[in-house]
Formats: sequence, C-alpha cells, structure tokens
Amino acid sequence: MNTPLRRVGLAMLAMVVLLLANATYIQIVKADDYRADSRNRRVLFDEYARQRGRIQSQFDGVILATVTPTNDRLRYLRTYMNGPLYAPVTGFYSVRYGATGLERTEDAILNGSDDRLFVRRLSDLITGRDPRGGNVVVTIKPEAQQAAFEGLSARDFNGAVVALRPQTGEILAMVSTPAFDPNQLAAHDALAQEQAYNQIRDQNNARKPLLNRAVAENYFPGSTFKLVVAAAALEDGKDKNTQLPAQSSIKINANTDLSNYNNRSCGSGQTASMETALELSCNTAFAQLAHDLGEDKLTRQAALFGIGEADLTVPMPVAQSCIGPRSEGNCMNIVDGPALYQSGIGQRDVRLTPMQNAVIAATIANGGVRMRPQLIKQVQAPDLDTISDFEPDRMGTAMSRRSAEALRDMMIKSEEHTGGAGKQPGLAIASKTGTAETGNDPKNTPPFAWYVAFAPAENPQVAVAVLVESRDVAATGGRDAAAIGRATIRAALAGGN
Amino acid sequence: MAEPAAPVAVAGQVSSAAPDRSAPTRRGTELFMLSFAAVLVTGALMLVEVNQEEQLTLRLLWYGLAYLAVFAVAHLAVRAWAPYADPLILPCVALLNGIGLVVIYRLDLAYAERAVQTATEVNNQVPKQILWTVIALGLFLAVLKVVKDHRTLTRYGYMFGLVGLVLLALPAVLPDLIAPTINGAKIWLRIGVFSIQPGEFAKILLLIFFAAFLVSKRDLFMAAGRRVLGVDLPRGRDLGPILVAWAVSVGVLIFEKDLGTSLLFFGILLVMLYVATERLIWVVVGLGLFVAGCVVAYNVFGHVAQRVQTWLDPFADYDRGGFQIAQALFGFATGGVGGTGLGAGRPDMVPLANSDFITAAIGEELGLIGLAALLLVYTMLAMRGMRSALAVRDTFGKLLGGGLAFALIMQVFVVVGGVTALIPLTGITAPFLSAGGSSLLANYILVALLLRISDAARRPQTGARPKPAAQAPLAEAHTVMVERPQS
Repeated sequence: MNTPLRRVGLAMLAMVVLLLANATYIQIVKADDYRADSRNRRVLFDEYARQRGRIQSQFDGVILATVTPTNDRLRYLRTYMNGPLYAPVTGFYSVRYGATGLERTEDAILNGSDDRLFVRRLSDLITGRDPRGGNVVVTIKPEAQQAAFEGLSARDFNGAVVALRPQTGEILAMVSTPAFDPNQLAAHDALAQEQAYNQIRDQNNARKPLLNRAVAENYFPGSTFKLVVAAAALEDGKDKNTQLPAQSSIKINANTDLSNYNNRSCGSGQTASMETALELSCNTAFAQLAHDLGEDKLTRQAALFGIGEADLTVPMPVAQSCIGPRSEGNCMNIVDGPALYQSGIGQRDVRLTPMQNAVIAATIANGGVRMRPQLIKQVQAPDLDTISDFEPDRMGTAMSRRSAEALRDMMIKSEEHTGGAGKQPGLAIASKTGTAETGNDPKNTPPFAWYVAFAPAENPQVAVAVLVESRDVAATGGRDAAAIGRATIRAALAGGN
Repeated sequence: MAEPAAPVAVAGQVSSAAPDRSAPTRRGTELFMLSFAAVLVTGALMLVEVNQEEQLTLRLLWYGLAYLAVFAVAHLAVRAWAPYADPLILPCVALLNGIGLVVIYRLDLAYAERAVQTATEVNNQVPKQILWTVIALGLFLAVLKVVKDHRTLTRYGYMFGLVGLVLLALPAVLPDLIAPTINGAKIWLRIGVFSIQPGEFAKILLLIFFAAFLVSKRDLFMAAGRRVLGVDLPRGRDLGPILVAWAVSVGVLIFEKDLGTSLLFFGILLVMLYVATERLIWVVVGLGLFVAGCVVAYNVFGHVAQRVQTWLDPFADYDRGGFQIAQALFGFATGGVGGTGLGAGRPDMVPLANSDFITAAIGEELGLIGLAALLLVYTMLAMRGMRSALAVRDTFGKLLGGGLAFALIMQVFVVVGGVTALIPLTGITAPFLSAGGSSLLANYILVALLLRISDAARRPQTGARPKPAAQAPLAEAHTVMVERPQS
C-alpha cells in the first residue's frame, strides 16, 4: 500500500508546486498590470494618504484646490474652494470614481510621483519627511471665471464660456454649466460620494453636469463660422466691399432652399457687400461665398484655425472640431455641393468646441497668429521651486495681418448691430453672434446661441467664446449669449493683468 | 520520505522486524519548535502593532507567553498520551493557528476603523477565534486521550459513516430558521449564538468510515474484472462505493450549494479508493464521473456557471461576481514579492478577508515570500502526516493517515487555488488560519488523529507485548521430507 501512498504524496507536492507557480505568476509577472489597474484602489489610497499639491490661480494666488488634514486613514481631504465654479478646470479627485480635469492630467505632479520630483522623494525617504505633491498654477483669472459662471448660471443655462489671452493663449476662463461640486466626490464617506455621483452622472442626469462643455463637446457653430468663411475670402483676395447675393433664399439643390434668418433679404439692394453680409449675418450671401470659394480653400482656412486637429490638449484633451462627417479620425471633407453651401453658414457637419471658437476669435485678435491655448502657468515643487514655466506656443499663421484687421473691422460693425445687454461705452468690441439650428425640426427645436468676440478691438487683451444650449425656440446669439460674453470681457479687462 | 524499516504488513499482524532499542521520543524538539512558533507569532503581532501605529507595550509579550502556554498544554498532553508522535506536526499547527489569529486581529483593526467611519457597530472576530482555539485544543486533548489506538476506530466505522451522512445532510433538510442560507450556501446550523458547519465534522467521520470500509473489503476491490484493451475494468458491483461518494458530493452540491465541500469529498474519497486498491483505473473512472458531474452542474446550476465565468475572466464581471476575486488579485499584486508589511496593506478591501480569503490578506501583506512560506508549512504538516502513514504498520492506519494528510493539502489547494484564480472559487476555509469555529475544531481532530497514527508509527515494538509465535506462511514453508511409514 506504500506505493500508492507515495504517489499520492507526490501528487500533493505537485498541487503545492502548482499553487506556488500560480502565486509567482500573479505576484511577479502580472503584478504591474494589476497594480496599475484603475480599479485597484489601493494605489489611490496610498496617493490619498499623501499631502496632495494645490491648484491655484496665477492672479493673487487664489486657491482652487487644496487639502484639509483629517483624522481618518486617508489623512487628507481634497478640498475645493468654490468647487462648482472651477470644476471644469480642476475636475474631481475621488477615491471611488477616479479623477478628471487637471486632477487627472497633472496627477503625477499633484501626488508627488512625477519624475521631476524624484530627488525630492529621495530626500523625503532619507529624512523621514512625509512625501508631498507639487503645486499647479493655472492661467485662470478668477474675476473672468466668476463673471462667465454667473452669466450662465443666472438663467440656468446649459452652456460654456472660454476666454483666452490672444497674444499668449493663456486660458483666462473656462466655464461649463450646469456645474457640480467636486467636494462631494472627494468626500471620504463612501456613501456620500456614491450618492453625489449618482445624482450627476450622465446616465442619471439629462443635463450632464460632469460634461465639460468648453472642451469635451462640439456644437454647430452657426453664423460664427462665417468668420472662417470671411477669412478664407479675404485671404483669397476679396475685400469687405466684395458684392455677394442678397436675396432672401437660394436653391442649393433641386428641392432644398437655404434662406436668411426670418426670410429677410440681405440689406436693401440686389447685392450686399461682404461687410454688410457679416453685419446682418446673411445666410444666402455666405452660403454662396463658401460655394464660390470651393471646398479646398474653405477646408484649408479651417485647418489653419486648428479645426480638425485631433490631439490638442490644454492639458485636458480637447474634442476634435469638424467641418465634415467623421471617418477614420479625419473630419475635414465636405460631402457634396449642397453640403458646401450649408457649411458656409456653420451647419450640416460643421461642429466646433467652444474652445475652438475662442481660438478663432483669439487668432483674428492676434493679427492672424494662432497661439496654443494653455491652462497651466507654472508647475511648482512642494517647496514652491519652479519645475516648469509657461511658454507661449505659436501654432502658425492662419491669415495675414491685413486680412485679420479687415475682419476685425467687419466684426466691430457686427457688434454695433448686435443687441443684448452689457455694452460699455468707450469699450470697442469686435464680435460675431451665431444661432445654430439643431435637430430634425430646426424651426421648433431650441438653437445653440453663440457669441465670439475680442476686446478692446484696437489692442485686444481678451477673446471669448460663449455657447448656450438654449431651451427657448426663439433664442438667438445676440439675445442670450452676447451679454454673458461682454460681462466676461469686462471682468477679464478689469484690474489690470 | 524514508523507506520504513518494517515490511508491509497485513492489518492486525505485527512485524517481527521491529527494533528492540527504545527510539527517541523527540518531545524536546517539539517544545523547542513550539517556542520558535511563539516567537514568530509574537513578532508578527508586533509588526501589526507598529504598522498600525499602536502603542508597543509589554502586553504583546504576555500575549505571546499566553499563546505558548496554551500550546504547552497540548504539548504536555502529547508527552503523556502520544509520546512517540511526530515532533513537527504540533508546531506547524501552532504556527498556522497563531498567524491566523494575528491576521484576524489585524483585519479587526481595519474593520473597526471602517466601522468608525460609517458609524456602524464593531464586530471583533479575534476574541471569538481565541475562544474557538481553546475549545479546539480541548477537543484535541479529548481525542488523544480517548483514542488510545487508532485501530479501535475501525469498530465504529459504520456508525461514523451513518453519523457523518446525517451531519452532512442536516442543514439541507432542516428549515431555514435553524439552517440559514449564508453567502448562498446552506451549510450552517445555528445553535444559540453559535453557528456551526456540521459538514466539517462529517468530513472526518466519513474519512474514518471509508478507511475502515475499504480495509475490510479491500480484497473484493482488488479482484480483477474484465480486461478491455489491456486495462482491468472494475466489476460493476465494485463501483458501489465510488458511486456513493459521487452521489454524496453531488447531493452536497445540489442541496447545499457548497462547491468546495463537494470537491473536497470527492477528491479525498477518490484518493483513498486508489490507495486501498492500488489501481489507477479508479482514479480514471472517478475523474470521468467528476467531469460528467461538472458538465451537468455547469449547465444546470446558474451559480456554478457563474463561478466558472468569474474564474475564466474575473475582470469581465467586475462589478458583481468578479469583484471579490479581482480585489484579491489586486491585493496579491500590490503585495508583490515582499508584501506591504503586516498591518501596512489594505487587505480589508477584499470581502471575507478573514475567512475564505485570509490567504489573500497574507499574500498582500507578507508578499509572495510569506505566502510561499505558509504553503510550505502546510506542505511540511501534510508530509509529516504522509510519512507517518507510510511508516505505520497497519493498513487502516495507512489509509486513514494518508487520507487525513491528503485532506489537509486538498483543502489548501481548493482555497488558495480559488483565491488566486488557479481553479474556480468554491468557498472553503483555510485550515487553522480562517476565522470560524467548525473548521478549526474539525482540523484539530484531524491533527489529533494524525498524531495518534504517527505515535503508532514511531513507537518501538518492545517486548512488553507478547509476540505471536513466528510462523512462516505456508507458501514459504520448507518442504519437509516425511518418511512414509514402512509397512
């Protein structure tokens, strides 16, 4: 009976060897994969127990996010000053739901694991000092952010505002409403965290508070896209006096008409100058102009403004803006002739993010030179040593200075013709409004109301783009978006830079 | 494993080749190793306290001494009642039990902290587990005292078998009030404040029954049946016991939804059948039945299919079925080779970390090194048992010892393999480590029997006992010329 017993003994050893081999596989071979898995909250817990760095503004050191010491195991509670206001900038940092916004893109700096903090970590290890994260200084100007946020929130709009400094690309304001409070998601009480998240997650909340409308979504630009068409025309040798058709509607194919807003004709004559057409925002004139310029010129001009770029980060990724349907990562092809007409007025397949539209305004304001939009002014070590500093980044020339100035003058006229509150005597603004049709039944679907502008017109210090996802069929860019844009401009210009 | 000096003997017969000089008892080694285990356990407790930032006080030393004192009582009992028992079995058990207590205490700290955060009631497991340990050691002493010779157990074989079956079936047939369904399995009996799992005890009883049964009917099973393609097929009627084993396992699976116990039973009975008959065909037939049972179970029972799916890809169903195993894998990976240090990890993130998943907690905090050491302690324990089974002189002892040793490793394989996703998760406890009274009591009985068998194996055959007159078997008897009387 000993032979089978010995065999069973060998089988037992084999079972243990199997267990050991499998444990080795998990704890050595697969260990890095499992450790880095986003669902492995152990790593997050360790980071949490570290003192996370601050997020603060370049203006007056206003703090957007910091930590509060606690008595529990996580030791530090992430705390957002004025959380809803800055949520599109900071994002949230949750034990349960991960991180978004700067909390995500700058995580390595904020939690102290960035390679550039290596020497410091080493000295922490030796001296026994508690490791800490570095700080991130953002370009946001709190006054501008506040003005834009109040403008959108006052009427409970779903919308977004982006304000840029045209010469540098610094993002002075990035607002998205409705807002959420990242403090609730950072709570250490798991239940409170879950409840807060369930209230705002996209599946449960039709208004999608977690969506950063400024960069993560693109919208029909409507008439604001006429700036791109006008820029292409000016670069093509046309000028503000170039005559365009002025009838109230044109045929774009056998059974489709394209008509002006409220079916009015463009001015009083048979034709209208490009300047008048932009001022009155005549659809027929710009549809015809886009068609006459042709797909190549329009597409080229759009690309020069940055439309179609898929990998822009500010540092959060910016959704691709498009003028054609999306196919294999490219969305710069206009499908056919009728589509070209419609693209000329920012409809059909044209979709821009508010960030992109602000870049277009800023590029015109900056004499045609496009600057990379950036949110980070400075990255600091925990002891406030500078690790990296802001550098303006020229992304190219979209149009000549002459064309840019001609377009600016046309935009000043457009601003004069635009209604809405908030005009300030003595402050010259160059702007363009847009009221983009949406849905299958555009006449009965609330439009997207736009306002893009820069000021002061002669020496631009700020460029803004305002988007309002309207709930009112009669909404227009002038009525609903312009006042918010002007308030943001005034706040951005106030109190120096 | 050393070749035993004594040749294989038939039950009841005593070998004539036993040495006359008295063998060393090695009880001193046992005491020394027990002290070593106490040092290790106290050290582990100290690590937990340091990493949890508790005050390091002399209190820990007292805990360590109390632990040593408790096992010293067991040691004295072994000295008195089984002086020739294997000296490593008890220290291995003491070490496992001690580490288990430390880890359960460590998890209590984590749960207490969580309870403070969520303002719920703290439910400490460690006082209960200490109480269970003391009760288990009492039972251990009782078994050593009462069972003076393991061979006497054969007399009660059928009774044990019957009681075992009744215990096994009890939770399934009793109403939910007494036998509640916990974590999907209906294997508990609630008696007052205590919950026990009768299946754990049934495991030992049935093991004894099978050993006794197989030994008495051994010749029957070894009779050859038809020979097909060079393989001796067992006769139809000899399939009886294995079919019973199979039916019991399947019954457990169906009525109590306890995959782990089912697997354990089947594995143990198959191995004992193989050892008793020395015929591999039983294993083949058994495995065939097992596979067939698995296929049916997979197709018929939703929970079995779900377990298998979770095993194949724990992350596919992360939010529901796969959560626990995925968390365990994250824990193992975070621990890596060296572990996070006892008390410095987050093993409480794995549900049921102090019972079924206690090895995940150990893998996280003590790393691959700690887990490997733990598995080797189990292996040493089982191998010492196996060695005793090889050395003991009676077939019943061999079969019982081999079965008990295998049962131990089988449990470890099923639970650790399940936790590390080597095999589908079946939910049984890690012997001596996991929180839970029934498993601890049953495994201490198992160890007491192993000690008894090892004592018998190493006990020198002194002249005290009257040797039966040496008589050569007829076959080997010399041929003697007998002169025919002359007429």
